[in-house]
Amino acid sequence: MKQSHPVIRVKGFAAGQSMKLSEKTIAKTIVASNFLTEFADFFLFFALIVKETFSRNFEFKEFFRQCFQVGYKSLPLISITGTIMGLVLTIQSRPVLIDFGAVSMLPGMVAISLIREMGPVITALICAGKIGSGMGAELGSMKVTEQIDAMEVSSTNPIRFLVVTRVLAATLMIPILILYADALGIMGSWAGANIKGDVPFVLFFSQAFSHVSFMDFLPAVIKSFFFGAAIGLVGCYKGYNAGRGTESVGVAANSAVVLASLLVIILDLIAVQITDMLV
Amino acid sequence: METSQTKPLPDTSVKMMRDEPVIEINHLRKSFDNQEVLTDVSLKLFNGENLVVLGKSGSGKSVLIKCIVRLLKPDEGTIHVFNEDVSALSSDGLAELRQKIGFLFQSGALYDSMTVKQNLEFPLRRIKSNLTGKEREEKILEVLENVGLADALDKMPSQLSGGMRKRISLARTIVVSPMIMLYDEPTAGLDPVTSDEISSLINTIQEKYKTSSLIITHDINCALNTANRIIMLKEGGNYKEGNIADFRNSTDPFIKSFFIQKE
Repeated sequence: MKQSHPVIRVKGFAAGQSMKLSEKTIAKTIVASNFLTEFADFFLFFALIVKETFSRNFEFKEFFRQCFQVGYKSLPLISITGTIMGLVLTIQSRPVLIDFGAVSMLPGMVAISLIREMGPVITALICAGKIGSGMGAELGSMKVTEQIDAMEVSSTNPIRFLVVTRVLAATLMIPILILYADALGIMGSWAGANIKGDVPFVLFFSQAFSHVSFMDFLPAVIKSFFFGAAIGLVGCYKGYNAGRGTESVGVAANSAVVLASLLVIILDLIAVQITDMLV
Repeated sequence: METSQTKPLPDTSVKMMRDEPVIEINHLRKSFDNQEVLTDVSLKLFNGENLVVLGKSGSGKSVLIKCIVRLLKPDEGTIHVFNEDVSALSSDGLAELRQKIGFLFQSGALYDSMTVKQNLEFPLRRIKSNLTGKEREEKILEVLENVGLADALDKMPSQLSGGMRKRISLARTIVVSPMIMLYDEPTAGLDPVTSDEISSLINTIQEKYKTSSLIITHDINCALNTANRIIMLKEGGNYKEGNIADFRNSTDPFIKSFFIQKE
């Protein structure tokens, strides 16, 4: 059997490795380029929404319809999760606080946890799942079935009619849902405290709110608006830019939830850092 | 041009001359990524006529009419509608032009979240904003009667059959009295009886509303029932133009394949 020269073998090996490296580099460049394109598209979409928000002929009727869809229709889900959130937090914290002899701190601790962090983040994540995916799927299916094109040819600006109204409704209604979830969470906490004890309603609430200041509310409310805007924006972006097949409706809904949830977490991190620096 | 037409053209009250094109397309090219869909398409739609663009699936017919209303931007070539260059129009100018054009989508494209009445009201409120509520209702009822579905007023699109959806979609298009109608595969996915009904509705609309129509189809029956003139596309370009008799008598195997399909 003929043996090839070692130099030729080394050259061949090096050429193969070089080829693999080039392929990997090209693949990574494509991924990076796609990411940057998506990023730029998202900002262009955002700029278009801002422009259309302040243009004439705002679609008030559709905006109120969307507020109803986003706000009122989410109430049952937010009621259940808000109540359970407070209840579970109380049941889990109570034994630890008893060990430290600080059970009287329970209402205040729960109230601050809910108002500052748990209420906004958990409610926003639930809204990302319900509202973000709903918007992604609805606009995605409208795109697939040419309803958005039909709107465009009937001289209606689909960004103004479909997207601006949804993004603004989410921006306005999600903070309200968060405050509602906070209130129900504290009610749930009171119910939790009464499972293994007897705490009067008025006493529980006065203890809870004696620890809460305006500066606990303000950053939470401000970040809630950002959560709402992010959920609306991502849901609409993914739906509006869905592909042409029916499969893309599912992809749009799914990626809307994933990206909106991720953005909520990232925005929360930024908000916490800013609050920490300012307060 | 007139001599090649088999179906007589209706009288039109529109000011434009009969031999003046309402749509003129020259050397249109459009590609997606590396796939060239339209290679070189040119056509003229004359006032008051029904022009059928016939071709196999994937020959770029739908892309062609989407370029006319600028839902897609062509790579090369020009499109003039009522002597206005579509690609040069501002967004306001485009919106104004689109008000004169009715577009029937292949899927119907009815708004799922709205009732039939709301679907018809939607373009009417925007394009004919000077109408009173009563006038709007009368107009809606009139077009629904024209398509034979006056009793479907409060139904949701999901409660309608394929043929009914197409009719309602047609009603939504004509409710704003467009001057040009663009039909994208109007009989696709329908049984032969319903297809014939839709074809005769297209003719009724041409006669009643004095529209000029561009009908995109691969259905030879629909073409034969509605055409004043036919343009056949093949591989993204013009293949043959003529009247129904020209196509019937053709010995070209590609053209004959459409008629074999019918038999």
